[in-house]
Amino acid sequence: MSKIPEHLLYTEEHEYVNKADADDSVEIGITDYAQGELGDVVYVDLPAAGTKFAQMEPFGTIEAVKAVSELYCPVAGEVVEVNAALEADPSLINKDPYGAGWMIRLRVKNPAELERLLGPNDYATHIGQ
Amino acid sequence: MAEPLKRTPFYDFHVAAGAKIVPFAGFEMPVQYPTGITAEHNAVRRSVGLFDVSHMGEFEVTGPDALAFVSRVTANDPAALDVGQAQYSCFLHEHGGIVDDCLVYRLADRFMIVVNAANIAKDWAHITTQLGNDDARLVDRSDDTALLALQGPLAQAVLQPLCPGVDLEAIGYYRFATAEVAGVQCILSRTGYTGEDGFELYHSPDQARKLWDAILARGGVTLTGLGARDSLRLEMAYPLYGNDIDDQTTPLEAGLGWIVRMRKASFVGKTALADQKAKGLRNRLVGFRLKERGFPRHGHSVYVGGEPFGHVRSGTVSPSTGEAIGTAYLPAGGAATGTSFEVEIRGRRLGAEVVETPFWRRGSHR
Repeated sequence: MSKIPEHLLYTEEHEYVNKADADDSVEIGITDYAQGELGDVVYVDLPAAGTKFAQMEPFGTIEAVKAVSELYCPVAGEVVEVNAALEADPSLINKDPYGAGWMIRLRVKNPAELERLLGPNDYATHIGQ
Repeated sequence: MAEPLKRTPFYDFHVAAGAKIVPFAGFEMPVQYPTGITAEHNAVRRSVGLFDVSHMGEFEVTGPDALAFVSRVTANDPAALDVGQAQYSCFLHEHGGIVDDCLVYRLADRFMIVVNAANIAKDWAHITTQLGNDDARLVDRSDDTALLALQGPLAQAVLQPLCPGVDLEAIGYYRFATAEVAGVQCILSRTGYTGEDGFELYHSPDQARKLWDAILARGGVTLTGLGARDSLRLEMAYPLYGNDIDDQTTPLEAGLGWIVRMRKASFVGKTALADQKAKGLRNRLVGFRLKERGFPRHGHSVYVGGEPFGHVRSGTVSPSTGEAIGTAYLPAGGAATGTSFEVEIRGRRLGAEVVETPFWRRGSHR
C-alpha cells in the first residue's frame, strides 16, 4: 500500500501539494505511489527559481531507470525555491517523497485552484487503493 | 488475438516476493523486486543475485548428423567444443542478418541450443527448415526446462555446499557439468549475462521449488529481475537481440566476428558474410557515452555530422559508473574511439563520443 498523507492535495498525474506552511507558498513533489511505479530515480530536471507555470503545465522531468516522466505543476504560480539536495541525491525521491524528496516550492497565483485538486480519499480511489 | 502470457514455474515466488511483473517475450516476468533495480544490480556486482530466466528456449539436437546440422545452422564452430563445453553463437539468414543469438552446449549424446524467449517460434521455423536430409532429430524442450542464473562474485561460495558431488572450482568459464544441486538434477554451467562469475542451472520445472528454496536458504542471495539483468549486460556491452542485433544486422557489423567461423566449409549466411567482408562494412555497432547529462534509451535518434543516422540501440545510466552509456550503429568509416556524434533526447541534441567496450571492466567472470 502506498502512503497517502491526509493533509496533502493530489493531482491525477501523481504530484502532491503540501500547503502546511502559513504563507502563500506550497511544496510540490511526486507521490509515494508514483515513486514506486517509476522505480529508482536517476535524476530530476527542475526549473530555476523565478520560473512561472500555468496550472498543469510541465515544470520538469524525472528520469528513472525504467522510464522518463513529465512533472506537472498542480497549480499556477512562481517557483520560489528548488530542492537543491536532489541534484546530489535523487534517491531522496524514492526514500522520502513527502519529506526530503520534495521538488519545488511554489508561490500560488490563484488559491482557488487548490480547491480543484484531489483529496486523499479521491487520490486513493484514483490509484485503485 | 494475442497469445495468453505464459508463466515460469517461479511466477508465484516472484509475486510472493513483491516483484513488479511485466509482460516480456510472451511471459509474465519480474522486472524488479522491492529491492529496486539499482540495488539489485549492485548486489550482483558485489555479492550474488538470483535470476529466473526460465523464459529462455532450449532446443535439443540428437542423431548421427547432429554435429553437422548444428555446424550448418550456427555461425560458430560446434566441432571445436569438448563434451561439457558451451559456446556463444548465432543463427543467420542467408542474407547474413541475425535470426537469433544463442548458446550451444555439447553433451555426450546431444547438443542443447539455448535461444531467446522472444524468438523461440522464429528460430524453430528457421532451423527445422534447414534440416534437409540430415539424420538428426530436433526437439523443443523449452516448456520442459526451467533455468535459474546465480550471478555474482559469491556465486560459487553459495552454490558449492548444495552440490557436494561436483567441484565447482574445476568447472571453467563456458564449461558445464551435469550434477545434482540440492538433490535436483541440473546442467550446471559457468555462464551468464552479467560480467560476473556465476552459474546457470537448467533443470526440470517440477523441481523448481526445491532448487529455489535451497539456494535462497543459503542466505545473502538477492532476488534480481530483468531490469538489473539489462543494466548488467549493457555495462558489459553484451548484445541484446531486438536492440543491438536483429534480422537486419550482421554479426560482422555488430562486432561479433569472433563467433563467425569463416573457415567452416559451409553454413547458412556464409556467402553473404564473405561478400560483406570483401566489400567492407557499411556500419558498425559502437559503445558510446554522453558528454552531457541525459538518459539515453532505445529509440532515441542519432545524428552524425548533423544528419540523422539511425537510433540508439541500447542505453542506460550505468549503475556502476554513473555514466550515461549506450550503443548505436555508426558509419564504419567514422566509428573509431573518440569519434563525436549526437543523441537527441526529447528535442535536445546531446554530445556523445565513441568509447571502448565493455563499459565495466572489473567484473569477476572468468
